[in-house]
Amino acid sequence: MGRYVARRLLQAVPLLFIISVILFVLMQSIGDPLATMSGRRPTRSADRERLKRQLGLDQPVLMQYVYWLVGNDWTSIDLDGDGVRETRGERKGVLRGDLGRSLKKRQPVLDLIGERLPNTLLLMGTYEMVVLVGAVALGIYSAVRQYSIFDHAVTGVSFVLYSMPIFFIALLSMYLLAVKPKQWGLPYFPTVGMFEPEAGKTVPQVIWHMVLPVLSLSLISLAGYSRYMRSSMLEVLSQDYIRTAKSKGLERRYVLFAHALKNASLPIVTLIGLDLPTLLGGAIVTERIFGWPGMGRLFFDSVSDADTPVVMAILMMVSVAVVVFQILTDVIYAWLDPRIRYE
Amino acid sequence: MERPLLLDVADLQTRFHTPEGTVYAVNGISYRLHEGETLAMVGESGCGKSVSMMSILGLIPIPPGEIVSGTARYRDRDLLRMSEEELEQVRGKEIAMIFQDPMTSLNPVLTVGKQITEMLQKHMGMKPAEAADRAVQLLEWVGIPDARRRLADYPHQFSGGMRQRVMIAMQLACTPSILIADEPTTALDVTIQAQIMDLVIRLREEVGMAMIWITHNLGVVAGLAERVMVMYAGFIVEEANVDDLFQDPRHPYTIALLAALPRVDRRRDRRLKSIPGAPPSLLVKPRGCPFAPRCEFVIARCQSEMPPLELIAPRHKIACWVDVLRGGSR
Amino acid sequence: MSDTTEALSAIPQFAADELEAPPLSLRQLAWRRFRRHKMALFGAVMLALLFVYCFGGALWVSEDYANYTDTKARLQAPSVSHPFGTDTVGRDILARTIYGGQISLIIGLTAMLVELVIGVLIGALSGYYGGWLDSILMRFTEAVFVIPQLFLLIVMAKFFGGKVPNLTLLGRTFSGSVVVVILIIGATSWVYLARIVRAEFISLKEREFILAARAIGTPARQIIFGHILPNSIAPIIVSATLSVAAAILSESYISFLGMGVQAPTATWGNMLEGAMNYIEEAPWFWIFPGTLIVLTVLSINFLGDGLRDALDPRSRVV
Repeated sequence: MGRYVARRLLQAVPLLFIISVILFVLMQSIGDPLATMSGRRPTRSADRERLKRQLGLDQPVLMQYVYWLVGNDWTSIDLDGDGVRETRGERKGVLRGDLGRSLKKRQPVLDLIGERLPNTLLLMGTYEMVVLVGAVALGIYSAVRQYSIFDHAVTGVSFVLYSMPIFFIALLSMYLLAVKPKQWGLPYFPTVGMFEPEAGKTVPQVIWHMVLPVLSLSLISLAGYSRYMRSSMLEVLSQDYIRTAKSKGLERRYVLFAHALKNASLPIVTLIGLDLPTLLGGAIVTERIFGWPGMGRLFFDSVSDADTPVVMAILMMVSVAVVVFQILTDVIYAWLDPRIRYE
Repeated sequence: MERPLLLDVADLQTRFHTPEGTVYAVNGISYRLHEGETLAMVGESGCGKSVSMMSILGLIPIPPGEIVSGTARYRDRDLLRMSEEELEQVRGKEIAMIFQDPMTSLNPVLTVGKQITEMLQKHMGMKPAEAADRAVQLLEWVGIPDARRRLADYPHQFSGGMRQRVMIAMQLACTPSILIADEPTTALDVTIQAQIMDLVIRLREEVGMAMIWITHNLGVVAGLAERVMVMYAGFIVEEANVDDLFQDPRHPYTIALLAALPRVDRRRDRRLKSIPGAPPSLLVKPRGCPFAPRCEFVIARCQSEMPPLELIAPRHKIACWVDVLRGGSR
Repeated sequence: MSDTTEALSAIPQFAADELEAPPLSLRQLAWRRFRRHKMALFGAVMLALLFVYCFGGALWVSEDYANYTDTKARLQAPSVSHPFGTDTVGRDILARTIYGGQISLIIGLTAMLVELVIGVLIGALSGYYGGWLDSILMRFTEAVFVIPQLFLLIVMAKFFGGKVPNLTLLGRTFSGSVVVVILIIGATSWVYLARIVRAEFISLKEREFILAARAIGTPARQIIFGHILPNSIAPIIVSATLSVAAAILSESYISFLGMGVQAPTATWGNMLEGAMNYIEEAPWFWIFPGTLIVLTVLSINFLGDGLRDALDPRSRVV
């Protein structure tokens, strides 16, 4: 197992390298970062040139990639544009944990991410928990009560939800749970931000503000996951070993949870393993609609501003997470299913 | 020398309601099993053998299955009218069942030890350590070497024959009074088949249980069972003591089955006879005798009326309008 | 010992399809299963109606009218003159859902075609040739797979945005962004399909009829497209159908975020841009295009589900 993990990690290196190259090339022309830079807006073209040199944007793409990857503190840069490299570079490169500075906010990217990541993890973590618990419960229940009215209803609703774009669910939930109750003078859920400025960032405030975004996020995934859980459960329940378990006189519930659930959850593990790492990137659409200050919004705003170091950092972070979680999923799978052995 | 009656099944009918129509799987079968007796149930795949057994243990999924009528008295209690909880007390403890395919009949993600001990804990009220000790004894009893260490192994770490031994040890853990064996050797290699048969026969003597052995192979029945039931399309068509059935078969289907069976005491140059035609679709509610289209003795009455299972000699029943010895109607 | 078994032709228990007599052709069987699937039939009918709405509706309403802005009539509630109301610049929402629907449907279908070409090509080459080509293509596939699709879509939308000029076709002017959206959706969604095709090719290429074709010197191109591909068509059709729904959703996501199809060309997605700001004042602004997206995607999903049952029964979900 140890050797298997080591081999997989080793294989991940070229993969991440390919990804970073593809992304870096894409970054080159998502817009002129200098044009959208705020703050000290360089008006004179001489200033612009100087800034460009300082950021290394005057270099060929290949060199820029090298600087991004391993930094430029081992070489000098030509800051005044006279053709002589006189100033020592300061960047360390991503391999040494330097994700660069945001072009727009002039802050280290790491600080920006550090600011947003907790908000995103809070939102997405809650969402994932809701989905998992809900999907397992719904999936098992509709599998056991196959073809009952409940099962048909869940199937129908799932199909509809699964076909909805998340923004439409978000808009509907805002309309039905915030706008309408407000008009009728009933208590209503807040639709924007993490807390009311006057109330401050308290736990009840944040929970209260999380209801609608978590609901919007969960419904679609819940529909997909519970269908998956149901069919997985149905498949397991029709297996010979379940008949054997029943023939042994074991209780229904025991058969369901001790014999069926472990087998049925195997395919779900793969799905979760694919899902979890992408949570780091946040929910672009949901965070935008509900004004949630998380990674999704940071990403979207950074793409709009062509703030390439931030965009690059977020994408690489998610990619690394996906690759790591793939390996982790394999390990967990082998632990759950004794038939799987990695050589 | 009639032994006490153990199981009395009467007029059992089981159907399945599928999108394509109703499948008439078991069409009113009746039989009795006495203490210590071994009964063989013979018929082609899909003739309703397994379904009839699973019906009385409540192992049929309902829906799509439906037990339309019948009683199954086990020690004066009707299994078909028991609640799920009452049945759980019978299954595995009083009536155990072993299945055809040991590859798929054991749970792949639970250790063999767990699958044996959970039964002992449920039915015998044993503590985990006690149950584990008993499980080791059971595995040794069915001939699995190094049993204590193997408790922690998973089913895929055993060979097919060994897996079937595990299955047998598991189902006999609570010393049931009836063992239903649903083609337990069909999925195994020929040499292993013989070993498993021998094992089951040995254990039957040691436990003193009654047994119902389901098979599509008339050949294995001879050295094993006392009585034989022949099933066709959800009906019992002949029931007799094993010697009578082999020497004096009276139902055309049984006769055809025996003619298709290779026998050492027969001349080499005689060709095995196959039965012409195919088994009927169970989707059609049978009107006449279901074997009529393939039967060489068929008479007009066979097409319109199903013959009842009637005694024609001491302890010998057939469901047929024809007297195969004389020809023509009985 | 097994002679008895041979003599008795076994019938499978309760596998009802096989019990029916007389035997049906594969096509008849597929049609039966499809029709039994009432939801699939509902999806097909619904989809036909949506097409009539989008393309037939254009006979009554002109595109100029759909793009006509009347700032005096901003955000008007549904009325006789504007049955679905008007949007933030006074355009008629009914007319825009008709023309927007055309673009959304076209994007869905053409993006699926782009996906099909890339996915089948990569999957087929990878599966058929194996070896180093397979390793390279699969690394690449994995790389695309690792980056979440919406992130990649946004970056690519920004990358290509504004680089394609408007184009005129059949006397109508389309925003160049339509082409961009089609290409980037196609370019980011083929991974799943490529894997299916690769798996099919790997399993089919060792089969006797392919070995026979190879033995008589059939050129590789013909084996790939003439022999193997037709035999793996069922999962491809199912996957392609569901891709149309996914592509329509993808379009709506990036257009909703303002990075997809640009004005004046309408799509159901970009009609919803900024809708959260009018959630209270003008629900009609987002309800109509949103509902149309849901109906379309739902119908296609029903259809795809039915096709899966009909064509690819092995993968049938119970």
